[in-house]
Amino acid sequence: MAIVSRGFHGRRDAAAADLPPGQYLTRDFPVLAAGPTPRIRLENWRFSIVDEHGRTHEWTWQDLLALPSERPTVDLHCVTKWSKLQTTWEGVSLDTLFAAVDTSAAYALVTAYGGYTTNLPMADLRDGKAWIVHRYDGKDLAPEHGGPARLLVPHLYLWKSAKWVQSIRLSNQDVQGFWESVGYHNYGDPWREQRYAGD
Amino acid sequence: MVAGLPWLIGTVVDTRQETATARTLVFDVPGWTGHLPGQHVDLRLTADDGYSTQRSYSMGAPADGTRVELTVQRVIDGEVSPYLTDEVRAGDQLELRGPIGGWFVWRPSVTDPVLLIAGGSGVVPLMAMLRAHTLSGSTAPLTLLYSVRTPADVLYAAELDAMSGRHQDVDVRILYSREKPAGIERKPQRLGSDDVLGAGWRPRPDSRVYICGPTGFVEAAANLLVLHGQPESTVRTERFGPTGR
Repeated sequence: MAIVSRGFHGRRDAAAADLPPGQYLTRDFPVLAAGPTPRIRLENWRFSIVDEHGRTHEWTWQDLLALPSERPTVDLHCVTKWSKLQTTWEGVSLDTLFAAVDTSAAYALVTAYGGYTTNLPMADLRDGKAWIVHRYDGKDLAPEHGGPARLLVPHLYLWKSAKWVQSIRLSNQDVQGFWESVGYHNYGDPWREQRYAGD
Repeated sequence: MVAGLPWLIGTVVDTRQETATARTLVFDVPGWTGHLPGQHVDLRLTADDGYSTQRSYSMGAPADGTRVELTVQRVIDGEVSPYLTDEVRAGDQLELRGPIGGWFVWRPSVTDPVLLIAGGSGVVPLMAMLRAHTLSGSTAPLTLLYSVRTPADVLYAAELDAMSGRHQDVDVRILYSREKPAGIERKPQRLGSDDVLGAGWRPRPDSRVYICGPTGFVEAAANLLVLHGQPESTVRTERFGPTGR
């Protein structure tokens, strides 16, 4: 049972009533990253999926843009407590990318330009739940928000949506990523408030 | 299975006004198991009708038994920070858990040169590093570049003043961006190449750089260092957005 904080009244935001536990609503778009923002030239940009047999499937920027595009509108929940509702993105569903990949792997390790990594089950990347997005709010995705392209997996805390995404390595072994290996939750479901290991 | 981070009850044992809009809260937290300089805690506030909300705050002092020190900058129109800077008093109890964050940390056992770059209240976790450096007798060369709007906004002013010059391995430089005190030559401006190079810093792969502040400040400072040749992998950043923390 929580203890009452003497003299604390808080501010009940009607729009925040439906947020996951412990989250508050923001209308701007905070930036979080563990290091400098990498700068990636589009002509050098590659995205690859490496399956559990070691086979590499690679896309150039032109390849990505040539694929069917979707425009998801989703809510974002960051483990640092802010949530942002109804954000609009444009990109390619991972279902579309996985169509070219013959895999039965259970886990994915995502790597970003700059070296960031994060892990998640394959099931969370499939069935319309994840995208490689390159536009936000009708504009090209800014570098500090992960441009030219980032992963978007909005049903998990935002650290799973790797900015500057470079590759996804598939495996039947779950390998922990950057935050997962320093105390953050392995799965990160905001609705179950899985912020830190053991939550 | 991991033990997890339980919510603990912290009792405010002391408060220190740092500036007109920032205050340090010192908690005694039975069950606290210690932390590293640079880490933060989650604080949970609960109103008497059960409404509750959480925020993260950096710890400004290194581990000291069950003591936890947070410095909170009041955010205009904030939901939580005005309560912490204006309402909370000694004897109050709040829930907190931590330590959190295993990346933006400095260990006193590391002897490589350290460059700390703070923007505004981003100095708080860096202050924990600086204090740990002093307490441990570390001989790692340490430079703090602290960009702040005006003299009235400087956190830990007296302590920083006493520190610079007292330890040969520590160099503290306060860089005013809007208004400077009399006797300082540097004209008020944002952190630039001259500030970094003027402090004697040169890119080197064995140095550690920690940058904390508002998003725009951290972006600019990190880009500046990378532009001057500091390897990206040695630059650790912690940003807070316009919503504050």
